[in-house]
Amino acid sequence: MKLITVAGPPSSGKTSVILKTIAALGLPPGSVGVVKFDSLTSFDHQRYDEQQIPNQTAFAGKICPDHHFVSNVEGAVEWGMKKGLSVLVTESAGLCNRCSPYVNGILSVCVIDNLSGINTPRKIGPMLKYADVVVVTKGDVVSQAEREVFAFNIREVNASATVLFVNGITGQGAFMLARYWQDTLDIRTLRDRKLRFTMPAAICSYCTGETLIGEMYQMGMVKRMEFDDA
Amino acid sequence: MKTLDYVAEVSAVPIGDILRRYPLAVDYLANIRLVGVDETKTLPEILEDVDEDMLEEFGLDREEVIFHFSAFLEAFSRTDESIETISSITILGGRDKTGRPEMLELTVTPGEVVSIVGPTGSGKSRLLEDIECLAQRDTPTARQILINGSAPDLDKRFSTGGKLVAQLSQNMNFVMDLTVQEFLEMHAKSRMIPDSAEVVEKCFAVANSLAGEKFTLDTKVTQLSGGQSRSLMIADTALLSSSPIILIDELENAGIDRREAIEILVGNEKIVLMSTHDPLLALRADKRIVIRNGGVTKVIETTTEEEQTLHKIEAIDSALLTIRNQLRRGAIVTNESIPEFQEK
Repeated sequence: MKLITVAGPPSSGKTSVILKTIAALGLPPGSVGVVKFDSLTSFDHQRYDEQQIPNQTAFAGKICPDHHFVSNVEGAVEWGMKKGLSVLVTESAGLCNRCSPYVNGILSVCVIDNLSGINTPRKIGPMLKYADVVVVTKGDVVSQAEREVFAFNIREVNASATVLFVNGITGQGAFMLARYWQDTLDIRTLRDRKLRFTMPAAICSYCTGETLIGEMYQMGMVKRMEFDDA
Repeated sequence: MKTLDYVAEVSAVPIGDILRRYPLAVDYLANIRLVGVDETKTLPEILEDVDEDMLEEFGLDREEVIFHFSAFLEAFSRTDESIETISSITILGGRDKTGRPEMLELTVTPGEVVSIVGPTGSGKSRLLEDIECLAQRDTPTARQILINGSAPDLDKRFSTGGKLVAQLSQNMNFVMDLTVQEFLEMHAKSRMIPDSAEVVEKCFAVANSLAGEKFTLDTKVTQLSGGQSRSLMIADTALLSSSPIILIDELENAGIDRREAIEILVGNEKIVLMSTHDPLLALRADKRIVIRNGGVTKVIETTTEEEQTLHKIEAIDSALLTIRNQLRRGAIVTNESIPEFQEK
């Protein structure tokens, strides 16, 4: 089974890109599945159901979404193997910009949209920096120059990634992305594979449900900000 | 130069000189929050004073910063070889939506204009996509695209991704909050054009010559009118975009000098494919492709007779343009504005 990890900011067009790319793969119905990792709610399962794509949704809830992802992705692979899928896509939203859900040796796709501001590529960090393929969506509504500048800003952060423009509505460009998916290695398990980037350190009193503000309530990993002298 | 050569250079040369040699380097440093550094020091010296925890937030240690920085310099100093000079593209027919073979072998060269006509949903975008991904009988249309007469290898298909075709459509808008000047400078920077002032100036002049109403360099791009935006996009695509092929979707609604627009694009040795139903544009093209039901049914070379009718259509068009300008100036439209009335 081939595993593809797709990540990107909320509403950047991940689900549309995945749906169009699955269509472009042209595999028999039911052989490509999706596991969606989200924080609180998600409506994407409806879109996958409509296309009869086997899918599961996992909510991180009060757990750090990145930690939730890494502790469940192996289970996702097991689910895919049991279903007899030939391609499994994990879709992660709601990750903080500090993180990337990418695993060494597994194709990593980052989806960002052209409308999100030209400096966005410089701000989203490891999710972009450690991706193999960066998919840019909503390029059909901005000028050619802005597309080029956006792609340039992506290359400044991640010079080795392939930048692809995919139209999530018409599917234009999904064919090339499908070619990348087809060329990835088959795996049976994720056990013992390594993350490309460390997860955030999250052991403080607020992790365990503390809600009061003030130094006396803070324990564990705390990063204190330094302000100018007034 | 290889990445390791850059490592040697970065380790020995003060960062101030590096920044002058590679102007883009400042962006890399800014991306890892290294700003206002001591320009007399080398990067390894600077990194000695940087908190390791801060670097770790970016997933880097000191050595990795030097290596990544060098890889960055290498990547942006590389001349873009993936887009070699394109002397022709050839479209070989596949099949239409019903599976009927498409009898097509069309070669287009820079400076040529091909218009694409056909009802909505007939497969115009599909044709564009086939060109964009250099289809090799592996897309739903089974078309094949040749570059300079031969099939491009797989590496080239991937490396040219997104760079081969520039697009201009009436749905496009500017979303950056920048002035015209800043916008053009930013685009020039992304193309790594060393002396951008000249090309920015030229681009601005061309855009203004196309636009009905003039605009200034300090106008925000988001405040330009529809026609002004389109003019700027056309001038920018012709002069600042690296893509050798341009696909235009419906230029007629733009309210600009369309004849001049096409001439500017063609004059800059672009291959222009234009989806249009505007007779003035369609007949100005050297050839036109007729698409129906997902397949090209005909390629029509513009005939001599059509070229003759073009003069009449131009006269009608320029009469309309005169009337438009009269309205814009707040004048009263009279019979004298319309040549047909004057003849009678």
